[in-house]
Amino acid sequence: MLRINHRGMWAIYRTEMQRAFRTIWQSIVTPVITTALYFVVFGAAIGSHMQQVGGVDYGAFIVPGLMMLTILTQSVSNASIAIYFPKFTGTLFELLSAPLSAFEAVVAYVGAAATKSVGIGLIILLTATFFVRIEILHPFWMLAFLLITSIAFSLFGFIIGIWAKSFEQLAIIPSLVVTPLTFLGGAFYSIDMLSQPWRAISLFNPVVYLVSGFRWSFHGVGDVSIAASLAFMTCFMALCLAILWWMFRTGYRLKP
Amino acid sequence: MQPILSISGVEKRYDSGLTALGGIDLEVRRGEIFALLGPNGAGKTTLISIICGTVTMSSGRVLVGGHDIVRDFRAARSIIGLVPQEIALDIFSTVWNTVRFSRGLFGRSPDPAYLEQLLRDLSLWDKRDSKVIELSGGMKRRVMIAKALSHEPELLFLDEPTAGVDVNLRRDMWAVVRRLRDKGVTIVLTTHYIEEAEEMADRVGVIDHGRVLLVEDIATLMEKMGKRRLTLTLQHPMAAIPAELAAWPLELAADGHQILYTFDARADATGMPALLKRLGELGIDFKDLDTERSSLEEIFISLVERA
Ligand SMILES: Nc1ncnc2c1ncn2[C@@H]1O[C@H](COP(=O)(O)OP(=O)(O)OP(=O)(O)O)[C@@H](O)[C@H]1O
Ligand SMILES: [Mg+2]
Repeated sequence: MLRINHRGMWAIYRTEMQRAFRTIWQSIVTPVITTALYFVVFGAAIGSHMQQVGGVDYGAFIVPGLMMLTILTQSVSNASIAIYFPKFTGTLFELLSAPLSAFEAVVAYVGAAATKSVGIGLIILLTATFFVRIEILHPFWMLAFLLITSIAFSLFGFIIGIWAKSFEQLAIIPSLVVTPLTFLGGAFYSIDMLSQPWRAISLFNPVVYLVSGFRWSFHGVGDVSIAASLAFMTCFMALCLAILWWMFRTGYRLKP
Repeated sequence: MQPILSISGVEKRYDSGLTALGGIDLEVRRGEIFALLGPNGAGKTTLISIICGTVTMSSGRVLVGGHDIVRDFRAARSIIGLVPQEIALDIFSTVWNTVRFSRGLFGRSPDPAYLEQLLRDLSLWDKRDSKVIELSGGMKRRVMIAKALSHEPELLFLDEPTAGVDVNLRRDMWAVVRRLRDKGVTIVLTTHYIEEAEEMADRVGVIDHGRVLLVEDIATLMEKMGKRRLTLTLQHPMAAIPAELAAWPLELAADGHQILYTFDARADATGMPALLKRLGELGIDFKDLDTERSSLEEIFISLVERA
């Protein structure tokens, strides 16, 4: 008997990617326009007063944060809708009745969501090069952070999709948790610029570790150490996997 | 021969506290068409969902093709095809893509020739590039069947396949079912049209309130439980059955215009020839004679009422 249902995983991955390509223009145009807007507002309006942060041009400084902001929201919303929609329409029965393990299903769905996020991240980076000169000091680490963040938050989104019982619940986590945490996570400023106690409080915001690590891969400077960033990512991913394992084992909100 | 499906002690209690299945034991033989009958809420869909892995059982054990559906779920599920009671499709996908997706999901290598034949058999070939959202309800149901058959299952579940389906589709569907049976596919179906079960199935299982009331060959059941009734329409109405005919359990009907004689269909000596002879001797003339068998429907109702 087949040990890994790679064809089943491929079928899911391919169908999910086809869905993205059906709305390819939407998928590309939206992040391009958003990025351009941020550069106009933050880069031009505010940046003209700020000039430099930690020796980096403000325009270049916000690029990693901007990428993180979009990757986080896109990962969560893509992965959550990918599993919530079949639940909503009833087509989930097919996935549950297929000879596919929970792990394989998660890898396929999360893989597709993460692929989209990485793509969008790279599109933003490309768009940014039209506005500012960008140097990436550690390109390997930049890609690694991009990939890990996309996967971790797609896993998180997948959990939200299983948990959600309505479209309202589906939307509430990205808008009430992810976006505020990202804005407060130093996407557009260095937390060094904050006064105490806000600076200390910020250290409890998980997104600070992502943005900081990602920014380090670009400019070689970050708010927290790279080790702390990596440790956080690992813990977060492990936690998500554990929750998903439990959800599939008990059938939580997946099957009665 | 080892049964393709073997269910022992399966219980299901939903989170709501409702016990939908209270200990089901059932075996389905390889290659047969098995009809699962029962009133609304009997637990038919719950049982099928447990076997297919879309509902978790509270206790019990199910083997499909000898494979435990929990421990050895890959082997078990890869030979199962399921057409659920409700239509559920990715409406933005095309017919071809959704059927191909199903085959892949079940781990089978692509086989466009097989899928083409499948779509042709279900009169879907012309619609292969249409989006599901553009199809009529009956065609969506055909797509559900195509998806369930896309991976060439050995055991096919059809949960009320003909509910709300027109005559054409029903005929096509049964043609497909017969062809599958000829290929050796085992079919388990639920239906509320009992004539259908009578016509199609080899065996029936009657289930009510989460328990199996009876499992029987259709032929044996009809014989065992079936009654025949002779209706004689008289030339001249009578007020009462004459005492000379006391040997037969007769009833008068239609204001004395008809005599009804109900007897066991299985019995060798039905008593009918003797009755007719006796009527002749008594000079009771009749202008018409009719016999009918009780249908599976009547048997089913009497079973469920008795339980
Ligand atoms: N998800 C669920 N949660 C709670 N109770 C449920 C659930 N699904 C079904 N039930 C209950 O379990 C019982 C059996 O339902 P089931 O759908 O298995 O019946 P059925 O025999 O298929 O009926 P029908 O002929 O109407 O399709 C019913 O009382 C039903 O209300
Ligand atoms: Mg049902």
